[in-house]
Amino acid sequence: MKIPVCRLADLPRGEAYRLEIDPPVSVFHTDDGEVFAIDDTCTHQDASLADGWLEGCEVECPLHASKFDLRTGAVDTSPAKRPVRTHQVLVEDGMIYVELSLAAPNLPPCVGARLAQGSA
Amino acid sequence: MRTVAVVGASLAGLSAARSLRKQGYDGRLVIIGDEPHRPYDRPPLSKDFLTGAVAEADLALEADGEDLAAEWLLGTRATGFDRTERRIRLADGTAVRADGFVIATGAAARTLPARAGGANMAGIHTLRTLDDARALRADLARGGRLVVIGGGFIGAEVASTAYALGLDVTVVVVAPTPLAGPLGETMGGVVSSLHADHGVRLLCGVGVKGFSGGERSGTGVPTAEGRGRVEAVLLEDGRRLPADVVVVGVGAQPHVEWLESSGIELENGVKCGADGRTGLAGVVAVGDCANWYDPAAGMHRRVEHWTGAKERPAVAVATLLSGGAGQPGPVRPPYFWSDQYGVRIQFTGHAAAADSVTVEEGAADDRSFLAVYRRAGAPVAVLGMDQPRLFTRWRKQLAAAGA
Repeated sequence: MKIPVCRLADLPRGEAYRLEIDPPVSVFHTDDGEVFAIDDTCTHQDASLADGWLEGCEVECPLHASKFDLRTGAVDTSPAKRPVRTHQVLVEDGMIYVELSLAAPNLPPCVGARLAQGSA
Repeated sequence: MRTVAVVGASLAGLSAARSLRKQGYDGRLVIIGDEPHRPYDRPPLSKDFLTGAVAEADLALEADGEDLAAEWLLGTRATGFDRTERRIRLADGTAVRADGFVIATGAAARTLPARAGGANMAGIHTLRTLDDARALRADLARGGRLVVIGGGFIGAEVASTAYALGLDVTVVVVAPTPLAGPLGETMGGVVSSLHADHGVRLLCGVGVKGFSGGERSGTGVPTAEGRGRVEAVLLEDGRRLPADVVVVGVGAQPHVEWLESSGIELENGVKCGADGRTGLAGVVAVGDCANWYDPAAGMHRRVEHWTGAKERPAVAVATLLSGGAGQPGPVRPPYFWSDQYGVRIQFTGHAAAADSVTVEEGAADDRSFLAVYRRAGAPVAVLGMDQPRLFTRWRKQLAAAGA
C-alpha cells in the first residue's frame, strides 16, 4: 500500500513527520538529505521516535536512550531490544510516499496490548 | 590488563561491561551483583510494573543472545576492597582479584529515622529493587488507602500509579514545595499540582512522627509472617492518616560503606574526576554511587539519573583502559523523565544554577508547556510537560552549548 506523506519541500532536513496511522509511522529527513521511514513507536515503551534526537542516520528515543538505525531499524542498546520496522520511501514529483512493510510491527508491551484489545 | 571486576550488576555495571567489550577489552571480566537477578531496568518499577502492564521478563536489560563473555557472581555482596592486594572481598568469604575495577554499587533507598519506628511493620515499603516492587505490587493489589511519604519523583510516580489502580492516595512532604530541589520552587509547584488535579491529597510542610499499628501498639492485624500491619501514619502536627499501605520515598544514599578504609576517597559517594577516575590507579566509579567532577560547574555532582548510568560508563571505561591517559569525552547534561497521571515530564540541566525560569511554549495551567531556566540570560536547564518534540530540540541546544 502506497501512502502519501507530505511534500519533500515541507519537511526540512533534521525534521520528522509522523503519519497518524495505527501503528504510526514516521518519516525522517536527515541532515544529509536522505529520507527514511520507520515505525514511530519505540519498541521498549510508548514514545514517539519522531520526537526523538536525530543525528546522522540514527534517532534516539526521546524518553530513554535507545538509538534506532533509520536504514535498518536496528537498535543499539537496551532498554529497547527489538528493531523497529522500516518502510520503503518513494519521492515522486516532490511528494513523499511510504510503501508500508508487511512484517508484523514490534510494539512495546503496553501498546501491543492496547492494539490487540482494539482489534478484538 | 588481564582481569577487570565490575562491582554492581545494574544499568551502570552492565553499561560498563558492554563498554569494556566495545572498546576492545578481551580479558577476564567478572561482574559482581548483590541481587540475585540479572541486570534489569528500574524505571518501570514505579509505573507499569506495578499495574502489571509490564512483566518481569520485559525488565531484562540484556538483549536475547547477548553474551559479554563475563563471569557473573550474583547474589553476592561486596564487603571490602584491599588496595594492596587489589581484590574485592565478598560476603561469602571469597575474594576477586583484578587489575582494573569499575565501582557501580549504586544507592540504597533511604529510610525514615529509627525513632519513627515501623521498620518491622508489614505494609510499609521502600522502592528501589525488583523485590521491593514485587512486594509493593502485591500490597497495592489489596486496594485501600495509600500514604506516600516524600515528594520526589519516585513517590509521585507511585502515587500516580496507585491512583490509576483505584486506591485512595495521600502524599506527605516535609518541604513546603515538592520537587523544589530538582525543579526549583515555581516549577516544583506546577508539576506537583498534578496530584491535586486527580484528587490525590498533597500535604506539604509537615513531617512524619511515626506509625501506628503492628509492632508498636500490638493492635495491628497479624500478617502471615507474624508481623503486625501498619494502620496509620502519624504526623508531627498530631494528625493521624489511616493507611493500608505506606511507601517511604525519601531519596537514596550511595552504597559505598563497603569502601570505607579502602583508601578510595568517599565524599557523597565515590569522589571522581570528570572522567570517572578515583584517586586510586585502575579504579573508576559510575552510576548512582559516583560523585563526578563537573568541569562546567566547577564542582562535584552525584547524579542519580538513568541516563547518566547508561552514558557515563563509556567515558570511565576509556579512562580505565587507557590508564587515565585519555581525554574525557563530553558528557551530556543530566537528563531525566517521569510519567505521572498520563503526563510526560522531561528535564535536562541544572535548575539550581538558574536565576530565572520562563514558560516559552504552552501554559503551565494546561500541564502542557516548555519552560527554560536561565542564568544571566543563558539557558542552563529545560523542563517539558507533554512537549517531547520541543523538549528534544532544546535538549540538543543545551548539550551543544556545553551546559
